[in-house]
Order: sequence, then structure tokens, then C-alpha cells
Amino acid sequence: MQLTNRSKQVSNKEMTFMERAYLPAIATGLGITIKHFFAKKVTIEYPEVKRYLGPVFRGRHILKRDADGKERCTACGLCAVACPAEAISMVAAEREKGEENLYREEKYAAVYEVNMLRCIFCGLCEEACPKQAVYLRHDEFVPVFTDRDQVIWGKDLLVEDMNNRYTREAWTKEEAKALDDKRANGEVTNVTPRPVP
Amino acid sequence: MNPSISFFYFLSFLTVFSALMVVVAKNPIHSVLYLILTFFTLSGHYILLNAQFLAAVNIIVYAGAIMVLFLFVIMFLNMKQDEVETKANLTKIAGTIVGGTVFVILFGAYRKTAIPAFDPQSYQSQVGMIESLGHLLFKDYLLPFELISILLLVAMIGAVMLGKREIGERHF
Amino acid sequence: MELTEFTIKSITIVAVFALTLVIAMYSTWAERKVAGFIQDRRGPNRAGWGGLLQPMADAGKMFFKEDFIPALANKWLFIAGPSLAMLTALLASAVIPFGSTFRFNGVEVPLQGVESNIGILYVFGVVALGVYGIMIGGWASNNKFSLLGAIRAASQNISYEIAMGLSLIAVLMMSSSLSLGEIVSQQHGGNWNIFYQPLGFIIFLTCSFAECNRVPFDLPECETELVGGYHTEYGSMKLGFYLFAEYINMFISSAIISTLYFGGYNYPGMDWVYNQLTSAMGTATGHNIATLIGTAVFFGKALFFVFFYMWVRWTIPRFRYDQLMNLGWKKLIPLAIINIILTAAGILFLKPIITQILN
Repeated sequence: MQLTNRSKQVSNKEMTFMERAYLPAIATGLGITIKHFFAKKVTIEYPEVKRYLGPVFRGRHILKRDADGKERCTACGLCAVACPAEAISMVAAEREKGEENLYREEKYAAVYEVNMLRCIFCGLCEEACPKQAVYLRHDEFVPVFTDRDQVIWGKDLLVEDMNNRYTREAWTKEEAKALDDKRANGEVTNVTPRPVP
Repeated sequence: MNPSISFFYFLSFLTVFSALMVVVAKNPIHSVLYLILTFFTLSGHYILLNAQFLAAVNIIVYAGAIMVLFLFVIMFLNMKQDEVETKANLTKIAGTIVGGTVFVILFGAYRKTAIPAFDPQSYQSQVGMIESLGHLLFKDYLLPFELISILLLVAMIGAVMLGKREIGERHF
Repeated sequence: MELTEFTIKSITIVAVFALTLVIAMYSTWAERKVAGFIQDRRGPNRAGWGGLLQPMADAGKMFFKEDFIPALANKWLFIAGPSLAMLTALLASAVIPFGSTFRFNGVEVPLQGVESNIGILYVFGVVALGVYGIMIGGWASNNKFSLLGAIRAASQNISYEIAMGLSLIAVLMMSSSLSLGEIVSQQHGGNWNIFYQPLGFIIFLTCSFAECNRVPFDLPECETELVGGYHTEYGSMKLGFYLFAEYINMFISSAIISTLYFGGYNYPGMDWVYNQLTSAMGTATGHNIATLIGTAVFFGKALFFVFFYMWVRWTIPRFRYDQLMNLGWKKLIPLAIINIILTAAGILFLKPIITQILN
């Protein structure tokens, strides 16, 4: 059975003198390596140059607010259940009187923590969320930890900043493709990551 | 004192010291290393005698090749520290007697030879150089030179014969 | 006069020494840069412009690491190993002619540490000693892998020394002198030995790869079989010395190759440049500048071979041990002997005919 047409017939015939002399083979090899020596380098020098990540990239988490600035999360715990790495934990609380402009529903997450060392950025929390509250940003990474305290992200880092709202450029493959075409025409929307507070 | 004379004494001290340490050292590796040091000091003596070719060849052949093989073999031996001490007194005495006899013979031979004193008129500084050595070897001593090369060839063929794998014999 | 000569000699020797060290230092940088470029990467570029401060950073790191001696190691020999490796590596640079002469106030200063009439034998002797650093260090570590690495190094060096010496003899037969300065000046005017000794050159090159323990002959430090080889137990600056010695050896052998086969500081059109310079700037200045150009050419040649070492390192995979021995004993040595016979025949029969035709 032939699966691909790329397989080569292997033979075990005697090598010719030129093949046995070994030096021509070395010269060929040297030619290949020197070609790579002068080839254009593919490295992207990360902190200075940032690569465009694509519209459906899964970066750091964000807890969305609605149009009025109320937190959407109701602490139902479905994201924590869905999380294969068990990175999400939360404490629910009941909304008090006078907090209606802060939280959308009667129940909210008093504590919402994501352990960024456990998180595998699979996006299942995003899928599981019934309130469209948790998203993985397509434009920002989790920055490098320099301290143990920075590993677990609480609500102070996760909840959306109303002055700098997060919008996703594309949601499906088709939209991403359309966006790419736009970008090819010169309408570039390059990524400028927001520094994490 | 003349710097070359003081250097000669220093070198001689080092030679005798390291030669003694070859015999005295308990660890065979140390013994070999002292032997290498002895060859080096001997080369130093050759250079003092303006025999540069001999000095270089001494280092290349003895220190560079033969002693490496010595070390090579000794490193393969698995020597325990306590096994070294089990030499019988008889061996020690026999060794001392043989060594002493050689020393006496050498000393006697040295006393018999008449070494001419230094004469600036007849002194030739180029006698140890490679050109004069080559002329000597290929003109005056051509036959012994060729005989030695045949001897070496025979030894080489013998080594190849010994090292050759016989039919049916497996080494590994 | 006695003192000035002594001072001049001291200055040249210190300069040669410092130059060798600096070149070896930057070889470590170049090695990583070349490795990066060949693998389509950029190599070190964070420390200084283009990563040029990387060697200092490496040295600083090496110095501040814990200087560790294993409990059951032979302490003195453990220290002696890397010291010897470094010593033997540095010794050989003394006799290499880096250029012709400088003229100061009518004094001719040769750009060579020591002009010796056994120059090449001296280099050969020092190279032969190079294996002791590895052997002693490997044995003193009291580690089986180190010992195996040391033993491999010893047998490899001894085997390849023979072919190396035999390929050298063909050159010596042509030059009829052992002095490196003499060999270089005989190659004046495009009369390079590579044109007469292509086979000898290839043998010498291969053997110098083996003598430097470089890929494809770096069996003594073969990671897949021997952990780290002879320097498994080494750390800190002692390991640094071993690695550094390898780079010094690389530079020295490159310099020797360019001296023996590529005319040293000679380059085509040398006489024309010399005449132009001396007529334009006077005998002393013109001579000095011509010498500087020659030295630059020499370093260009030597550094090309250093680059060649790196180039080959990222091209050819490591040999298996039996392949290494087969190549050394069954291929290179017979080839070198054939080369000697051919050279002798050429000198005996061909040379008179050619000189007759030319005259």
C-alpha cells in the first residue's frame, strides 16, 4: 500500500569511488551550510519586535464588563469545572443594595483567581462561560514572572479597564481570513500590548 | 655565577630529583609523570648543549608518544592503594643491588673516559644542529642508519603480525 | 644593545601571547555566531554590539562559579590537568612568524616570538604534549567517563600525529629547512606550498582537526556516549581553561596551516605594493606599513581557517570510534607515505626538467 508518492526506493549497491572518497560529499555539505550562513534569518527579536499573533490567539484572561461597566461574571463556577488544569478558583458573594451599577446579576465573584502557572490557555473557560464574561485576549501575553506573588492573578488584574476596552477583531476563521485580506491591502492593525499594572 | 651554569645546576637537580621520584613514588601514575618530567629536563640539557634537534626529537618521541602509551596502559590497570604495599623485601633488595651495580658501572665508565677541556678555537657551535647531524647520518654513518631502519621495519611487521586477527579468533 | 634586544624580545613575546589569547577569546564568540548563522539563527547579540561583550560575560560567569574538586579525585593532578592544557596550547604560538620585520631606528624587529631553526619540530613537540592535559585531567577526575574520554584522546592524538608528521615531511623535503620563517620566505611570490602539496594539505588539515579534538573527531568529549568526556567533573574556570585551550589550539593550528601551505604573510603582488610604499613614504615607514599589510593578510588567512573549523563543525557529524581509527591508520598514513614518495620523485626527476625548461 502506498500512502504518499514521496517514498524513495532504498538500494544497497556498492558506492562508487567518488562516493567512497568522502571529500566530494563533504564539499557538498559545506556548500549547503554556507548557503544557510548567508540566508536571511528567521528570528524575530522578541522584546523589540513583536509578531502579529492573529485574531483568534489565546493570550491572557480578561473578565469583561457590559456596556454600562457592570461585571458580567456571576460566579457560577462553570469555567472552573471546565478548566482541565484546575487553574481557576473563585468565591461567590451576594450583591448588596447600592452595588447594582457594579455587578449585573444578584450574585458575583468576590474573588476570581487564575493560576497562570497552571493555565494551559486552552480557551475552555471561554467556551463554558454562559454570561460571556471570561475571554482570553488575542493581543496580550501573560508577562514573565519575576516573583511568586505574580503567578496568581486576581480580579485587580483580570477585570476589564473601562478606559481601554478589549474588543476582538475576528471571531471565526472566515472573519480572520477577511481581516488578513484587509491587512494585505495595507490596513494594518498592529498589536500594541498594554503594560500589565 | 654565570646564568647558564646556575641554570645547568638547577636543571641537573631537577633531573636527579624527578628521576629519583620515578623510583620512589608509590602511585604508578605519579611515577610516569615524574618520568615525563625527567625527559623534559633532559631536553633542557640538550638545549644547553646547543643540540636543539635532539631536544625536540626527545620530546616528540619520548614525552609525546612513548610516555603517552605508558600512561595509557597504566590508566587501564585498576590499582588499589593497599595492593601496592605488598612488595616483598627481597624484591626491594634485589632492585637496590641491580640499580647500584648499574650506577657503579656508569660511574666507572665515566671515570675512565677523558673529556677534553673547553677550547674556544676548536669549538663548533653548529655540531648539534640538524644540518650537521644530517650530514653525519647520511655520509659517515649511512650503513648503521639504514640497518636501524630495517630493524624498525622488521619490528613494525612483527607488531602487525602480532596484532593481526587470526581466523576464527574474536576480540569483541 | 643586550638590554634593548631583551626588551624587544619581551615585548614581541608578550604581544604574541596577548594576541593569541584575545583571538581565542573572540573565537568563542565567533563559534557561537557562526553556529547561529549556519542554523539560520542570529547567535549572541545581547551583550554589547553584536554580542561582542559575550566572551567577557562568559569569563565572568566561569570565574564566579563554584570551584569544585570531587572528593575522591587526585587533587593536584586535577588542577594540573587544565593548567597543562592551557600551557601547551599557549607554548606553540612562540615560533609562528606573524609578519616580516619592523624597522625602528635602523633596528630590524622580526614579528616572531622566537626564530628557531627547529621551529616546526618545536610546534610538533608541543602539539604532542597537548594530550597530557586531557589525559591527566581525565584520570584525576576519578570518573569512568572522564577516564574513557582521556584514553580516547590519547589514542586519537597518537594515531593522527603519525599521519600529521608524515604529511609535514613532504613539505620539509621541499623547503629543506625546519625553520618556519624560512619556510614562509621560500613561498614568496605566489609560490605557495598548497599548489605543490594538495594531498599533504588535506592530510594535514584532517589531522589538525583530530589533534584539536574538534568535530568530526571530538570523540573524547562525545556527549552521547561519555556524558562530557574528559571534562565531566570539571566546572568553573578549570572547565573554562579546557575550553579555552581548545580555541587556542584551533587558532595555532590555523596559523600553522597558513604558514606551511598558504605562504604565511605573503600575498600576490606583494613586491609591487612594497616598492610603491617604500618609494612613497621612505624605506622605514613604507617597510613598516608593508609589514603591517602582510601581517593583516596572515591573520586573514589564519582566521579563515578558524572559520573553517567552525564551518566544518556544523556540517559533518561525529565519526564513530572505529571509523576514526580506520581513517587514521588505514587511509591517512598510507596516503601520507605515498605523498612523500611522490614528492621525493618530483624533487629528484621533475624539478631538474622544469628548471631546464624554464632556463
